[in-house]
Amino acid sequence: MPISGNRFWSVPGVKDLVYSLIAIALALLIGAVLIVSFGYDVGRAFVALYRGAFGSVYALSQTLTRATPLLFTGLAVSVALKAGLFNIGGEGQMYSGALAAAVVALTLLEAPVAIGISGALLSAAVAGALWGAIPGVLKAWTGAHEVITTIMLNSIAILGTTHLTATYFKAPGPVDQTMRLPVESRMPEIIAGTGIGYGILIGILVVALISWLFGRTSLGYDFQAVGFSPGAAVYGGIARRRTLVFSMALAGSMGGIAGAMVVLGQLGRFVTGFSPGYGFTGIAVAVLGRANPWGIFLAALLFGALEAGGMTMQLTARIPTDLMTVVQGLVILFVAAPGLIPALKKLYRRKAGGGANGV
Amino acid sequence: MGSEIMGVIFSLNTVEAAIRLAVPIALAAMGGTFSERAGIINIGLEGMLLSGAFAAVLGSYLTGSAWVGVLFAILASAGIAAVFGYFTIELKADHVVAGVGLNILALGLTTWLMQVIWGSRGTSPAVTGVGRVRIPILADIPVVGRLLGNQSPFVYLMFLLVFGGWVLLFRTPLGLRIRMTGEHPEAADSLGIHIRFIKHFSVILGGVFCGLGGAYLSLGNLTWFSMNMSAGRGYMALAANIFGQWNPLGGLGASFLFSYSDALQMRLQGLDIPLPHNLIQMIPFLLTLIVLAGAVVRARPPAALGSHYSPGT
Repeated sequence: MPISGNRFWSVPGVKDLVYSLIAIALALLIGAVLIVSFGYDVGRAFVALYRGAFGSVYALSQTLTRATPLLFTGLAVSVALKAGLFNIGGEGQMYSGALAAAVVALTLLEAPVAIGISGALLSAAVAGALWGAIPGVLKAWTGAHEVITTIMLNSIAILGTTHLTATYFKAPGPVDQTMRLPVESRMPEIIAGTGIGYGILIGILVVALISWLFGRTSLGYDFQAVGFSPGAAVYGGIARRRTLVFSMALAGSMGGIAGAMVVLGQLGRFVTGFSPGYGFTGIAVAVLGRANPWGIFLAALLFGALEAGGMTMQLTARIPTDLMTVVQGLVILFVAAPGLIPALKKLYRRKAGGGANGV
Repeated sequence: MGSEIMGVIFSLNTVEAAIRLAVPIALAAMGGTFSERAGIINIGLEGMLLSGAFAAVLGSYLTGSAWVGVLFAILASAGIAAVFGYFTIELKADHVVAGVGLNILALGLTTWLMQVIWGSRGTSPAVTGVGRVRIPILADIPVVGRLLGNQSPFVYLMFLLVFGGWVLLFRTPLGLRIRMTGEHPEAADSLGIHIRFIKHFSVILGGVFCGLGGAYLSLGNLTWFSMNMSAGRGYMALAANIFGQWNPLGGLGASFLFSYSDALQMRLQGLDIPLPHNLIQMIPFLLTLIVLAGAVVRARPPAALGSHYSPGT
């Protein structure tokens, strides 16, 4: 059946969604091939993956707990991408936000929990924005490519937060980490005992906000104009430099909030070198979710599930969880290539004997 | 304390270490130069270095021969480069996004395979490395001998390849074709230059250089692979390529600047005086940032860099 002429197909986003699903399926298929070729039981692996992600309330809470920072690191990539910048500095922005959140939350222990949490989130956003603005400034005034500068700033942020923690905020003990936040000062649970915190709801709120910002305001228009055609944007009276810096600052604030979510909703403190690569998984989330904030929300849930399920897969099927990183890399590669689906169709048609009715 | 620091900055040991540390960056930078001269932005250098480093140890582990390991590294990295080329040239993937995807893929795959094959997430078992060679007469010259007389064969290879790469790019018809492809593909096409072939060739050649650089990382002075061993050197190499104005010789100079700062931070950490180690470790990253910001202002990249060329459009 020809699907390209279908009315359903022309609904905005449907084509993207289908392509994204194909990309995910292909990546998981290659993952399965790797699992089989090294002699593991692929059925057991996928059952473990599912159980670890959705099999129980605990599993679901693990999925959501991981999806929350991924949603924000995904937004950090995607917001900058709107203005044509590829922000792979989510990791560094997250570290600066996480430390700021931990320090502020520890300072506000006496205050009501709502104030403590909002203060922590806000300071994380500011810290992330400041850190994120640096590559924006460098790009706007010197043209330095943001991919290289953000990577360097990631390393600098990890080393910098380690230095600050070890020197000024260290809790007694062998590990360089801050004091623990008491449970009542952390992100509260939506339903007590489930482990599902308000973080994901805040995430949904921010997704709606970003969606409005890009769809309904002139600021969103400026971002896209600069991203799509810098020359035309300048000609049209948009301050290109200011837009670049602002888009990176906004992106950085998302990364910063991701850090706060880890501190408030997961670890309960800042631990040096804590991230298992949320910033990088955020790239996969953003690329898979395309330009659409709600697409990013779905992608974050998916990668949260893969991360949570991956842990169970490692525990029960003994397959190292780094396989999920392979899947992420493949997804990015597949989604980035507009020629992939046509190439696959061609291959399929040739396999089907050159005749057939075409796809 | 000040004099000790000055001693490290100007010591021959630091310069000697800088020459060693320059090898993977300079080779990867030249990989970036070839790829970008043909119009392909190559963020994937990092992943190519990393897979080269892994494959080198795997080859040496399987066969007991370090040089077979080097061959493995070249094949693996060139293979990854071929995939990258296929995605960017044939499937018209965004160069930067595909490159970052490739790097994440390489990190995941090498870390996963390391655990599956050797059961450890930290480092692989020790294998046979390439070792060093002593060049008889050179080693006896006072300062030069101290720096270059007793080095890894890769150090000499680096100098040879960088010079050879410069000759290829700027003194041969093939080099002219590569540069034309990156500057003005339409014009190159109208002269009968096979654009797609030139692009694939340049990206894969870049992969070969990265493979050698990766092999040096794991088998040059060390004898094992460790997780994320490339540690950002591929990105530094890309910055070195830009700072070196898309010229292998310039790239070598810029790589040396970065490796010198790396040697410096390592030796400063070894000093028996209280210095904030985390801040000292930042030096190479900070330097890359500053150099890149300073360099790009004057840089003129190949005109068609990052674009997709479809004949007949």
